[in-house]
Amino acid sequence: MIRRKHELVIIGAGPAGLAAALEAEKAGIDDILLIERDEYLGGILQQCIHNGFGLDYFGEELTGPEYAERFIEDVIASKTKIKLKTMVIDISQDKKITALNEEDGMMFIEAKSIILAMGCRERTREAIQIPGTRPAGILTAGTAQRFINIEGYLPGEKVVILGSGDIGLIMARRMALEGAKVKGVLEIMPYSSGLVRNKVQCLDDFGIPLKLNHTINRIYGKQRLEAVDIVEVDENLQPKLETKKRVECDTLLLSVGLIPENELSKSMGLKLAENSQGPYVNELRETDIPGVYACGNVLQVHDLVDYVSEEAEVAARAAADFINDNLERRNEEVEVIPGEGINYVIPHKISYKDDSRKLVRHFFRVSEPQENVKINIYDDSQQKLAGFSREIVTPGEIETIKLPEKLIPDNTKEITFVLEDEGEGINE
Amino acid sequence: MSNNEIKENTIICVNCPRGCRVRVKSQDGEITDITGHQCDMGIDYAKEEFKNPTRILPTTVRVKNGRLDLVPVKTAKPIPKNKIGAAMQELAGILVEAPVSRGDVITENIADTGIEVVATRSIAKNSKNNDLN
Repeated sequence: MIRRKHELVIIGAGPAGLAAALEAEKAGIDDILLIERDEYLGGILQQCIHNGFGLDYFGEELTGPEYAERFIEDVIASKTKIKLKTMVIDISQDKKITALNEEDGMMFIEAKSIILAMGCRERTREAIQIPGTRPAGILTAGTAQRFINIEGYLPGEKVVILGSGDIGLIMARRMALEGAKVKGVLEIMPYSSGLVRNKVQCLDDFGIPLKLNHTINRIYGKQRLEAVDIVEVDENLQPKLETKKRVECDTLLLSVGLIPENELSKSMGLKLAENSQGPYVNELRETDIPGVYACGNVLQVHDLVDYVSEEAEVAARAAADFINDNLERRNEEVEVIPGEGINYVIPHKISYKDDSRKLVRHFFRVSEPQENVKINIYDDSQQKLAGFSREIVTPGEIETIKLPEKLIPDNTKEITFVLEDEGEGINE
Repeated sequence: MSNNEIKENTIICVNCPRGCRVRVKSQDGEITDITGHQCDMGIDYAKEEFKNPTRILPTTVRVKNGRLDLVPVKTAKPIPKNKIGAAMQELAGILVEAPVSRGDVITENIADTGIEVVATRSIAKNSKNNDLN
């Protein structure tokens, strides 16, 4: 049995883990172990062969593998030790990691600090409970993406896609390009949950219909999927059975949401946030166990990888400061509350006082699409601290605001983000 | 007022995931005003999309003797939308030999557009060694 000790252990070598490793080394940590379960670095970016990544971070447009490779080259050239094909099976509250792989067998790794960067999972048929038989041909959009883009298999020829999340839209185009007939994308909500540009480029370009307010209420087929019943839903999302229509298909792709990968976070007893569905963190992406950080999609499902890299760097600098005992807590933590119209805000609280930073960047999602709104921020005595205008907000697109450090008061227990009509707030 | 009606089209900029809704005003097919963009790429994109819609085509090409069987590729520049089908057909017939480096030119003149297709990932030769790529 192998026992190792490292200053910093990073779990997951996708965009979050890679950026965290580089930033931690830059911040002076030179004993870093990066653990990845796949046989290559880069994570899901490697199967996202489409372009659209990196404009924010690199100022140019890249594909997923190109974005990943820029970090991979630097990580390989760095002092960071890398373990591929290695699975972490447990983390204890005192930061002891149990991991295993073919070569080393079981490993026990002690860490001063841990960064969780395991990404997220796709919701499956089971999560949305579609009735019917259980034939082959029903898979998540991300699984289909891996089959087509990495392994070289086309999963089917006549395709229906449920859910208008980005991966669903991207896969509609990908399957159409590879010669499959994509019969349509169904979205139960009255609006697409994917980025607008994907709706334009992936559906409109290929004449693939997007059916809003639609879902699937039955699956047919014994060995292989043969057909699905599609049905319109009413405003309570209940099927209007008179609209039911059978559509022949051999493949059903599900793009019905992503949830942070919480298995390890749960097993180590981290406090989770119901609204963002991942660990509960402060502005340094520190969980409720000091020295344990979460960043990237394991924390909140991002739609820009650029923000993942940025968030990982925040966590990595904090981990370095933690290892070097370099942080000053506030007397009183400030909780960040999602109010009316806001689904969640990251960070969930502000724990540190740091006059050297001018701003604390907040990420949030709204609960419904709206135009000409203000995001107003109030303290616990309903005093307005700041207001930020937005022409358009939608749940499919993460919003960010930079809250000036000097506006975060010392004498409030919480600040609340509220979505209000334009005109109600003060100017930024 | 002249009889030439001012038209307004909304073109969604796809240069980055922001997806700005760029409003293009035009008269007689000539652009008179562009608004709604957050960066200059929005102006260029809206002009292009108005006159000659093009797309970067990301796809894969088969690899011989590689650690993976496919290498992801893209057109180095956007190609006309109506050439995408022909480009896919052409790329389906290509087999490259590993190793492949990111940026390697896979073919020089895809679908007679004069535009290169380049690899977007490095694929090492298939061997027992565990290279990190």
